[in-house]
Amino acid sequence: MSITDFLADLLNPDLAFLPKALAIAIMSSIVCGVVGCYVVLRGMAFIGDAVAHAVFPGIAVAFVLQGSLVLGGAVAGVATALLIAIFAQNRRVKEDSIIGVFLVGAFALGIVIISQAPGYAGSLQQFLFGSITGIPDRDLYVVGGAGLVILGLVLALHKEFVAVCLDREMSRAMGLPVFWLDIVLYVLVTLAVVISLQTIGTILVLALLITPAAAARLLTDRLGVMMLLAPMIGGTSATVGLYLSWSYDTPVGGTIVLVATTVFLTAWLLAPRHGLLTKRWRRASGQEPHDLTRPPPLPDLAHPQDPSPAVR
Amino acid sequence: MRALDIEGLDVDLGGRPVLRDIDLTLDRGQLVGLLGPNGAGKTTLLRAILALTRTRAGRVLVEGKPSRPGRSGIGYVPQRHEFTWDFPISVEQAAMSGRTGRMGLLRRPGVTDWRAVGDALDRVQLTELRRRPVGELSGGQRQRVLVARALALAPRILLLDEPFTGLDMPTQELLGQLFTSLAAEDHAVLMTTHDLVAAVDTCTRLVLLNGRIIADGHPADLQDAELWTRTFGVSETSPLLKLVRAT
Ligand SMILES: Nc1ncnc2c1ncn2[C@@H]1O[C@H](COP(=O)(O)OP(=O)(O)OP(=O)(O)O)[C@@H](O)[C@H]1O
Ligand SMILES: [Mg+2]
Repeated sequence: MSITDFLADLLNPDLAFLPKALAIAIMSSIVCGVVGCYVVLRGMAFIGDAVAHAVFPGIAVAFVLQGSLVLGGAVAGVATALLIAIFAQNRRVKEDSIIGVFLVGAFALGIVIISQAPGYAGSLQQFLFGSITGIPDRDLYVVGGAGLVILGLVLALHKEFVAVCLDREMSRAMGLPVFWLDIVLYVLVTLAVVISLQTIGTILVLALLITPAAAARLLTDRLGVMMLLAPMIGGTSATVGLYLSWSYDTPVGGTIVLVATTVFLTAWLLAPRHGLLTKRWRRASGQEPHDLTRPPPLPDLAHPQDPSPAVR
Repeated sequence: MRALDIEGLDVDLGGRPVLRDIDLTLDRGQLVGLLGPNGAGKTTLLRAILALTRTRAGRVLVEGKPSRPGRSGIGYVPQRHEFTWDFPISVEQAAMSGRTGRMGLLRRPGVTDWRAVGDALDRVQLTELRRRPVGELSGGQRQRVLVARALALAPRILLLDEPFTGLDMPTQELLGQLFTSLAAEDHAVLMTTHDLVAAVDTCTRLVLLNGRIIADGHPADLQDAELWTRTFGVSETSPLLKLVRAT
């Protein structure tokens, strides 16, 4: 299918669900891209995964009660995030074990609950792998509103999140409420996951959180640039993925994730400074390394005996 | 008023006694080295001064007032491994992160903040490298980033946890001179170290710690071998004692 046909379908009133799905996919991948930067930099991927599974019982209850799936998922996800943060204070059992316990427990609860609803098999598949049909208009606003709130909080607390990521001990010494900042970050991750579930599905949502941010990390050494690149990669992957999925009739969640994965692999091989092939070529041709996003490093005048970065 | 006044401090960690009966004072203008073996409680003592750990008994007064995180004029330089060095952040941003608590919520760095960071980077001679990602620094440069981050707060008291560990001689000398001149500028400086030579060389006062304070005084007054064997649990023939006698 050509791009023009895709645009025509987007504007076709009979296919009203398509632009809606695209809007939700783009919004959620932008939000996930931004929040994902913290997740990647703090090595919290496992928490994202736990929350993605933990929202399942909430969604199941919402499904059984015919309520908003996004709201149901948000309640369950936030509850789990809080439980993890609180239980993790007890040092006897490590954080990852606690997450493991809640992850599987919550998912099991979701399966039991949803099996009570007649004809659940189809919906189960939707939850797990995402779908672009059957999104209520209401969810469009919920996702848009939640997305704005999340991005607003990130903007407001960015400096504090960075400080805690950098050095927890120092952050405590500065009097920052480290525990509460952790909780807010967990909740933001949860909300980003929840608003993405609809199109991507439980199993694949982690990719939306991690992959664009990880790809962006490979492309730059500057946090500000990374936090702009990640949502751009996410949004582009969502758009291209939806287009491909619509053209070739492939599952939407899987296709979006595959596009993002391709971007990641490309960055891994070809990133200007740290790419695998870039480094090899540079070594072969004896070129100086250079970074398109950064002025060339100044010579280290304080330590003239230090080898230059090119040698190191 | 004393910069630091610790009286009868007891600290337990995990139900075990770590510090007992610590009396320690620190005045502005002093550069004090805190020495003791691994597990002696040096880091714990610094954390107690910062009010980051619960105390069992005793009191810690910072400039006459009970210590409170973020409220006392203390600059802290934790051990180097506490910092996430692969974070995509430049040297000057890393130094700026030390002012996060001071700036307060919803504030962005202003002229005052940048000036303070600029001065701090000048003092540790990192101005040339201020835009370099912290991940691309050597160990000595990293240590200087942490010192700059603490200095960015313009603290009157400076606590340093093993600032010399793993540094080459030129960097040790640079930092040692910096600490000496900070003390001369009326700061109170307390640093832990395992580097006896550097400690004797730079500090005007040494405190030997092993759960309790074993000795406290000018390096020249700590010639008694028994103090060192008690602190470090080494034998009379240990090279450590040769070092003490040599200094
Ligand atoms: N969170 C904790 N829970 C229980 N015990 C602890 C904890 N942290 C430290 N300890 C114990 O407290 C004692 C003092 O530790 P501390 O880190 O203060 O020693 P240190 O003098 O800084 O040692 P090093 O030279 O190795 O840095 C050690 O015996 C350690 O095992
Ligand atoms: Mg220590």
